[in-house]
Amino acid sequence: MSKKVAFMQGNEAAAHGAIYAGCTFFGGYPITPSTEVAEVCSIELPKIGGKFIQMEDEIGAMAAILGASLAGAKVLTSTSGPGLSLKQELIGYGCIAEIPCVIYNVMRGGPSTGMPTGPSQSDVMCAKWGTHGDHPAICLTPASVQETYEEVIRAFNLSEKYRTPVMVMPDEIVAHMRERVVFPEPGEIEVIPRKAPTVPPEQYKPYDTSFGDVPPLAAFGSGYKFHVTGLNKMQDGFPTTKAEIVQAEEERQVRKVEANVDDIASFEEYMLADAEVVVVAYGSTSRSARYAVNVAREQGIKAGMFRIKTFWPFPDKQIKALAAKVKGFVIPEMNLGMCSLEIERNAQGKAPVLGIFRVDGEPINPDQILEKIKEVK
Amino acid sequence: MSRYELRFSGAGGQGLITAGIIMAKAASIYEGKQAVQSQSYGPEARGGASKSEVIISDGPIDYPKVTQCDALLAMTQEAANKYSHDLKEGGVLLIDSDLVKIVPPGNFKTVAFPIINTAKNDVGREIVANIVALGAMVALTGQVTRENAEKAVLSSVPEAFIELNRKAFSMGYERAEAAAKG
Repeated sequence: MSKKVAFMQGNEAAAHGAIYAGCTFFGGYPITPSTEVAEVCSIELPKIGGKFIQMEDEIGAMAAILGASLAGAKVLTSTSGPGLSLKQELIGYGCIAEIPCVIYNVMRGGPSTGMPTGPSQSDVMCAKWGTHGDHPAICLTPASVQETYEEVIRAFNLSEKYRTPVMVMPDEIVAHMRERVVFPEPGEIEVIPRKAPTVPPEQYKPYDTSFGDVPPLAAFGSGYKFHVTGLNKMQDGFPTTKAEIVQAEEERQVRKVEANVDDIASFEEYMLADAEVVVVAYGSTSRSARYAVNVAREQGIKAGMFRIKTFWPFPDKQIKALAAKVKGFVIPEMNLGMCSLEIERNAQGKAPVLGIFRVDGEPINPDQILEKIKEVK
Repeated sequence: MSRYELRFSGAGGQGLITAGIIMAKAASIYEGKQAVQSQSYGPEARGGASKSEVIISDGPIDYPKVTQCDALLAMTQEAANKYSHDLKEGGVLLIDSDLVKIVPPGNFKTVAFPIINTAKNDVGREIVANIVALGAMVALTGQVTRENAEKAVLSSVPEAFIELNRKAFSMGYERAEAAAKG
């Protein structure tokens, strides 16, 4: 039997990917350019016994998904810049209380209301530094409609595996672009379930590190009673200010991601084997970059592309290795140089970093990238 | 590799984004090619500039936007002025002859007929002007067969409006063929 295909937007594919991954709860507040996710969830979730709830605002929506996740559901919210700003306090809560959830944020022009219908890539730093305090960060930046579908599934898997909020951040172009999607059969893509407690309720502690860095999370209402707080906590979930416990817990939370970068980080290497100029790109901009690299190759220039699929944790190791052998990096991005900072940090002066920064709501076209590739001497 | 670029432009509310989606769907789902559709529009629901871009290719499509346009539909004078500059030599420009009075200069073929009036008076409903325009674009570009495009149209509209849209599509297709022959 041939597979089910559809011609749809990134946002629509995201909602279907979430359902494939086992999402049964969506809490959100509509905002351009992410509203289609909410629309599809409102139609599809009730059909599978799931729940869709439109909250009074983005803060309420974030609180709703954290609550639903603690009750055992796989949960999703979708938003865009202004909504992402509002969610930040509770994203930090999700990090410290270690509550799995997926936040799908479509990047539009900012700050503030900015340019609601214009594309942007200016939320990638917000994905890591938006909420205060040291915390783990995972952020995926898909570049096509099919990849958005698949990366949303991966986001749910990572969120459950590491018991932490995960963000998926397409730019407006990927979110609103339509392409063919080929849907996988059930079981074709791995879906990771939440690790359930193996001890009886009276012995259960929500942050019991004898089970490793990612302790099992019981569902509220399943007979397991435990305390959840935004304060620094002990293994039983109650607050503490004991220095050694706070230090160890903070380090463990960050270590969940930092020690597993190789499992989480994903990237594509395009024509890098002999490349002298490397374009580092993510999201829709990587599509312009691929076009430009192809034209450069036709003109005899040894160009290649390193495409970031996982923005956080950042692929430090790979960029460091490239910096040691290439003549220069070209970084096209729809912000004023956010990824470029990370490349400079990793290049450590070994290779020049040339940026192409656009915040006018227009995509970066292949010609601009080609021109910059030629500037690398 | 074959890369064919189309742009549907005009004012918000004219249904041009829908026309672009159906063209891309015809290529991607029914014709077995690859297609990407994207759009840009202002915050207004009606009025304001609107454009929908479709890239069709036999292979994978990287850059999803128009670089050099092969075929342009302009449903307002503003759109004709604004978007004809990157129309390829030998490309095709389709305009509504009632709305675009000043034909932009260039080495491309211009095809003109009263698109909205055809929908209103000959098909019977102005609302299907976008499907008349789509039929015309299918005839002029030859990127998808008439049959596959019609399938895409009919699978995209509510059941009660299938006959209306079928008629709109056919009329657009035939008017454009006749107009192109001059």
